[in-house]
Amino acid sequence: MQKILTRHFNQANSHRLDTYLHDRGYEGARKALTQMTPAQVMEEIKKSNLRGLGGAGFATGMKWGFIPSNNPKPKYLVVNADEGEPGTFKDKYIMERDPHALLEGIVVTCYAIGSHKAYVYIRGEYVKSMQILQGAIDEAYQKGFLGKGIMGTSFDLDVVIHPGAGAYICGEETALLESLEGKKGFPRLKPPFPAVVGLFGCPTVINNVETLACVPHIIVHGAEWFAKLGCEKNGGNRIFCVSGHVNKPGIYELSVGTTLRAIIYEHAGGIREGHKLKAVIPGGISAAVLTADEIDVRMDFDSLKAIGSMAGSGGIIVMDETTCMVWAAMVAARFFAHESCGQCSPCREGAGWVYRIMKRICDGEGRPVDLKNLPGIVGNIGGNTICAFGDAVTMAVGSYVQKFKSEFEYHIKEKKCDLTSNLQEAWH
Amino acid sequence: MLHFVQEKEGFISPESEKEIAEHLGIPVVHVHEVISFYHLFHQKPKGKCHFAVCQTTSCALLGAEEIIEYLKKRLGIQPGETTPDGKFSLSVVECLGACEIAPMMQCNKDYMGPLTKEKIDELINKST
Repeated sequence: MQKILTRHFNQANSHRLDTYLHDRGYEGARKALTQMTPAQVMEEIKKSNLRGLGGAGFATGMKWGFIPSNNPKPKYLVVNADEGEPGTFKDKYIMERDPHALLEGIVVTCYAIGSHKAYVYIRGEYVKSMQILQGAIDEAYQKGFLGKGIMGTSFDLDVVIHPGAGAYICGEETALLESLEGKKGFPRLKPPFPAVVGLFGCPTVINNVETLACVPHIIVHGAEWFAKLGCEKNGGNRIFCVSGHVNKPGIYELSVGTTLRAIIYEHAGGIREGHKLKAVIPGGISAAVLTADEIDVRMDFDSLKAIGSMAGSGGIIVMDETTCMVWAAMVAARFFAHESCGQCSPCREGAGWVYRIMKRICDGEGRPVDLKNLPGIVGNIGGNTICAFGDAVTMAVGSYVQKFKSEFEYHIKEKKCDLTSNLQEAWH
Repeated sequence: MLHFVQEKEGFISPESEKEIAEHLGIPVVHVHEVISFYHLFHQKPKGKCHFAVCQTTSCALLGAEEIIEYLKKRLGIQPGETTPDGKFSLSVVECLGACEIAPMMQCNKDYMGPLTKEKIDELINKST
């Protein structure tokens, strides 16, 4: 299995420019800037089947293609490093262990879309990532990989880091733009899409850190090579983040076509000793939970969509048989209730409502009518809000009730839980 | 600018809000709504050592609730409060993006995990 994104991660000083240059660093940028036209770069990315690795899985080349070429306004690239989807921690590793891969991706992308300014929006808690990336930016300016006349060409580019301030919703691309403009992170109504009216009213592409880190490799090795690493309509590798009840939590770079079973058992060391798998969240907390019978699914965007979940951000959270699914649903609902930005009523009121019901059931105070009401409340959030946060509440929380209904019924009928006491022993 | 003020003063006071608004030529309420929207902007001073414990799924699966209970007992404060001597404050937060070291927390700028009672004791003893 060929590692691309993580190949430097375990080297000493992997964040330094000289380490990066030692292994064909900035060759992709050099090739793009000196031998290719922006249109050729964009075409190559389209052919590679690279899809947005922040969670939505939108075709990257197509996204770039929406930037109008005849618009006289400045164009911007905004890097979404507001990694907040629970279960996800890959972008942190890229920024801390291989920041120049991100910067090279930024250079190539800006060249393709005709942008001369890129903003990297990093979540405020990632202080170390910001420091390391800033160090890399300074090095890149010194060596002429950023700034005026990059690599002796006439292409100029400035890169600026902007720290977030603790709001999950700012990972939503238009909320991120609002935040970058100094406002509350309220998602915008679309259309207009950011490609036409984005940051400061100008055409803007917003890409995830990992997506951009893939870009230089596609330029160096070619679109076909990259597409072949993955599966049909979904090229390349991605970094899966595994956490929860596994023996070896951490990041694993694998083909997007790897099965969930292989990731859990062959790579992440399987379930902790003496226990067996009960449920898995395959792509961050917003994805529908899967039962132990569903893990033979491939982890590409289309396969997971076909079984009613999503590949999302690649954050895999594994739960063994000691986990009470009512409690797990309550934890997810609590997250959504806490992070709803409050702009749309169905989400603001609905997420809090769902959490209170879940908490009640969890505490042994559930009523039979709760289970009857839940699908209606949960179902009326998704599709009725400005952004996809509402859909996430519907998909994620709804899936626990649908797939583990008997546990909810048991809690309501018996007014107790046989499993939450087991959690005490989890903490060693 | 808000980050700058908080870095210098530790929190953003109503007086600072006013000054920022004047400097930028915008109403004070616009500054306030931004500060109150983002949870990393503090409207009150925090302790010298500020523990932000993650309670989301991966950390919860591995014992976040017990960590929070232990810290409450050990520090004698509830989440959102600061010890009377101003040394410690405690918050409960949602996912910090470090599920591989769950259960974890952020102590000022640093991430710490996987947490145990012993590690927490050590940290508190070192800071007192």
